[in-house]
Amino acid sequence: MQTAITVFLDGMTYASYLFIVSVGLTIVFGVMKILNVAHGGFYAWGAYSAAYAIGLAAELGFPDWFAFILIGLSSMFVGIVLGVLVERLILRKLYEHEEVIVILATFGLFLVLEDFILLVFGVNPYFAYQPMVFLGSIEMGGIFRDVYSLTLLGLAAFVAFACWYVLNCTKWGKILSTVIYDREISLAIGIDVKAVFVWTFVVGTMLGALGGAYIAPTISVAPGIGIDIIVLSFAVVVIGGMGSIPGALIGALMVGNLRAIAVHKFPEFELFVIFAVMAAVLMVRPEGLFAPAKIRRI
Amino acid sequence: MNKLVFKNSLKMLTVGAFVSLSALASPPLAADSFKVAVVSFLTGPAAGPFGVPGRNGAELVIDAINAGSMPAPYESAGFGGLQLEAIFADESGGNAKQVAEYRNLVEKQEVDAVLGYISSGSCMSIAPVAEELQTLTIMSVCGTPRLFEDSDWNYTFRTQAHAVGDSVAAALYIRDQLDDVKKYNGINQNYAWGQDSWKFFDIAMQQLIPETQAADNPQFPKLFSGQYGTEISTILLDDSDLVHSSFWDGDIEALVLQASVRGFFDKKKFISVAGASAVDNLGKRFPAGTVIGTRGEFGIIVREQEGELNEWFINAYRERYGVYPLESSYQYAQSVLALKASMDKSVADNGTTPEKDQIISAMTGLNFTSLAGDVSFALGEGHQAVHPVGYGITAWNDEKDEPTVVDVKVYPAHCILPPPGQLSEDWLAAGMPGSDC
Repeated sequence: MQTAITVFLDGMTYASYLFIVSVGLTIVFGVMKILNVAHGGFYAWGAYSAAYAIGLAAELGFPDWFAFILIGLSSMFVGIVLGVLVERLILRKLYEHEEVIVILATFGLFLVLEDFILLVFGVNPYFAYQPMVFLGSIEMGGIFRDVYSLTLLGLAAFVAFACWYVLNCTKWGKILSTVIYDREISLAIGIDVKAVFVWTFVVGTMLGALGGAYIAPTISVAPGIGIDIIVLSFAVVVIGGMGSIPGALIGALMVGNLRAIAVHKFPEFELFVIFAVMAAVLMVRPEGLFAPAKIRRI
Repeated sequence: MNKLVFKNSLKMLTVGAFVSLSALASPPLAADSFKVAVVSFLTGPAAGPFGVPGRNGAELVIDAINAGSMPAPYESAGFGGLQLEAIFADESGGNAKQVAEYRNLVEKQEVDAVLGYISSGSCMSIAPVAEELQTLTIMSVCGTPRLFEDSDWNYTFRTQAHAVGDSVAAALYIRDQLDDVKKYNGINQNYAWGQDSWKFFDIAMQQLIPETQAADNPQFPKLFSGQYGTEISTILLDDSDLVHSSFWDGDIEALVLQASVRGFFDKKKFISVAGASAVDNLGKRFPAGTVIGTRGEFGIIVREQEGELNEWFINAYRERYGVYPLESSYQYAQSVLALKASMDKSVADNGTTPEKDQIISAMTGLNFTSLAGDVSFALGEGHQAVHPVGYGITAWNDEKDEPTVVDVKVYPAHCILPPPGQLSEDWLAAGMPGSDC
């Protein structure tokens, strides 16, 4: 029982982490049909911004709880600045080009963002452990767990609910659904598709940065942290169906929990299990579990 | 027509001026210089804790030797009378890129020798190419024993003892300094270095402390994964009382941060084979009481050690870079010293400006003085160095307000490494004959 509780909590924590970092990727793909490889760069910029701000606040004597506000502000700052700049200066010029050109452009952008991190922050690691230490630990299932990681569950639930609410209960959601369904019809009925794209990309960037910013207190924020995350996010999004938010949620839950079982019972299969799940899903449903229905044009 | 001639002349003039200016801008390669490429991680997650400190260690010692300002026995200026011209290259990007970059350094940039490499993957990929291009190559950090146990190389040397020495010294330290270890587990990165470290540590533990038992679920998370919550839970749930790790770079820092909040280090003894950079980077957040090694007589293990060369290195490094030299700073400097010792020996033996083959001949089987101890190219037909390996226990020095290590023990090379001609696994399986520590 003790092991079962631990495996469940480990799986849910990791799934929450996966969902937060992959939901931005799937939103951007769903609306804009762009596989944004630069998402890893936004994650890294979120982590660096938060780590820098938290470290500075600690030096200036701000209380540790203030770090949570800084995490939110860092994500918004990175999302707005990088999101607007990238959409307006790069992506807007590429919408009419083939998808592969756009992927290459975002890959190039990812490399630029990585190098820009080196230029701004250098190669030495940044630490922002204050919020994790502030929240401490709690005994669950016979072992201590850090409360900060458990708050990931709440954050993931909040992000999932917010996405559901915006898409299903607001005018914005209806506009987004229309653009996703047919871009040309949306233009014809007077929707400002360009503005929708800007806002969508800013939200996607913000979510990528939020993933990095929220994880920053638990890791050594060092060059290259955005590389692995793009591979993991891609696996989750592909499993769930590209462009599907419920798909990203289910994909994250599957990968997170199966990985936790593997680590506890068959540690040598930890790496294998993530991509085995992806391969298995693609064999049965090549479009992923929850891919939105495609229009068939005649 | 005249306009066309004028345009062409103008173009040629411009190109000519550009070429002349370029020639003026790049310094001429002096006939008495020796060009060496120093390769380390300058970008990516290994740059901060390993690559850049390694590069800095090499740069500091090269500049000092060129200027003749090193203490004895390296007080003579230059490398066999030649000034060493260093160019620095990045090790990031994977093995295929490193092979291409190596060819570029040798064939286009025409370096005389290549020095460096941190990853075992890089070393294994580069050695065959070094043979093909017949270029002197000195490996500085990588640890896999396979480099010289699977093949013989003529142009490749390694100044760092291989991973078996780290693992056996770790087991010896546990036997000598830690009481009540009954069961041990491990968390190591899932690639050659992590797998080898755990394998050799496990065998050494069974040979040296046979009453201990290994856990049946050692953890092998992906390199640079950064998230270890599940692995920490798994180890916390088992009844092992010691955890072995060969984590390095940002991974050791993330592991320590995530584990310390969960009381991991209160429940388990922890031995870190190569995570000493985290002791300096994390300061008071790094748990006191951790057994720490630096894969030799390097970094924090010898920070308090007396000796003219070691004290000069620490002071000069701090003065130039503002921080203490780390493990890799010593490892890269050790490679430079091997080159200096070989080139000086070549001049003494031959009486002429050192040629490549003469340097290789001088370096083969060479004994030389490193910053904090002696090194000998005793294995791999005289191409693989051996040296002592030290371990200590982390503590906080209140007086200096900085981390330190106490209870340092240094194990000599013959106790922790196989003798010439014997494979590491055979030597370990045979009960480490000749090891009398």
